[in-house]
Amino acid sequence: MWTFFHKLGSPKWFYDISGKWLPWFAVISALLLVLGSIWGLAFAPADYQQGNSFRIIYIHVPSAILAQSCFMMMAIAGATGLIWKMKLADMFVKAAAPVGASFTFMALLTGAVWGKPTWGTWWVWDARLTSMLILLFLYFGIMALQSAIEDAATAAKASAVLALVGMVNIPIIKYSVEWWNTLHQPATFTLTEKPAMPAEMWIPLLVMVIGFYCFFTTVILLRTRNEILVRERRTNWVKKLVTKRGAL
Amino acid sequence: MSFESFSDFLAMGGHGLYVWLSYGVAALIFLANVILPMKKKNEIVKKHVQRLKREKVA
Repeated sequence: MWTFFHKLGSPKWFYDISGKWLPWFAVISALLLVLGSIWGLAFAPADYQQGNSFRIIYIHVPSAILAQSCFMMMAIAGATGLIWKMKLADMFVKAAAPVGASFTFMALLTGAVWGKPTWGTWWVWDARLTSMLILLFLYFGIMALQSAIEDAATAAKASAVLALVGMVNIPIIKYSVEWWNTLHQPATFTLTEKPAMPAEMWIPLLVMVIGFYCFFTTVILLRTRNEILVRERRTNWVKKLVTKRGAL
Repeated sequence: MSFESFSDFLAMGGHGLYVWLSYGVAALIFLANVILPMKKKNEIVKKHVQRLKREKVA
């Protein structure tokens, strides 16, 4: 366990191993996303109340779940970077922020588009929607810190603090539908209960959720590897790698 | 299949605009997430190679 932890601190080791994982995650995520979308769009039965507009669920729910868990991962990585000075954890925070922001945006936008035919409005200032909007601004805040602070270590420290403070928002998002009266419906998936929808509806949703996570992993690996190349540019192994690639 | 025909599928029971708008934007976000870091990598490698060349000359 500890040797693994130490290896994780080595950018070269991570660059090598992630190069092997990358194609697998890419292929699996592409397959799951295509399969889940076709299943959800064409084969899942229509909702008896909402008709076909409910099919937006297959991107809305996975993107919202991912947006929140990405932020939690960033807070954990941020704490790891602060405590153990692990470079890779800092790089993860930097790599994840724009990806998390894009999925938060996806959740907000698909929610708005879904809201129009279902609630009759694109947007309401209710607790769930507002707290998700705050999550988007938290992501923007971390991205701004990263681009404004030149020194990588200082930028990482500032981002980690913002990620940890921003964690307050996560339980607010989660319980907003229970604490306040909102238009938004309660959670679709819970770990403790059976889904309220039939299997033909939730199996493609599960496929999409797993697909979203695999896609997220793929993109994070791409971005973290870029970050390694930049930060380790003075090392011999990067120079060798670059000359080999540059010659092609 | 929960649709009778392809045009039925496109119409989504009158909700076509909303469904396809959502999936379209999602597809764009997915694409951007893949393309941006790949372009970035090319830029990084290019810069590296140029710098290494300069250092060799100097």
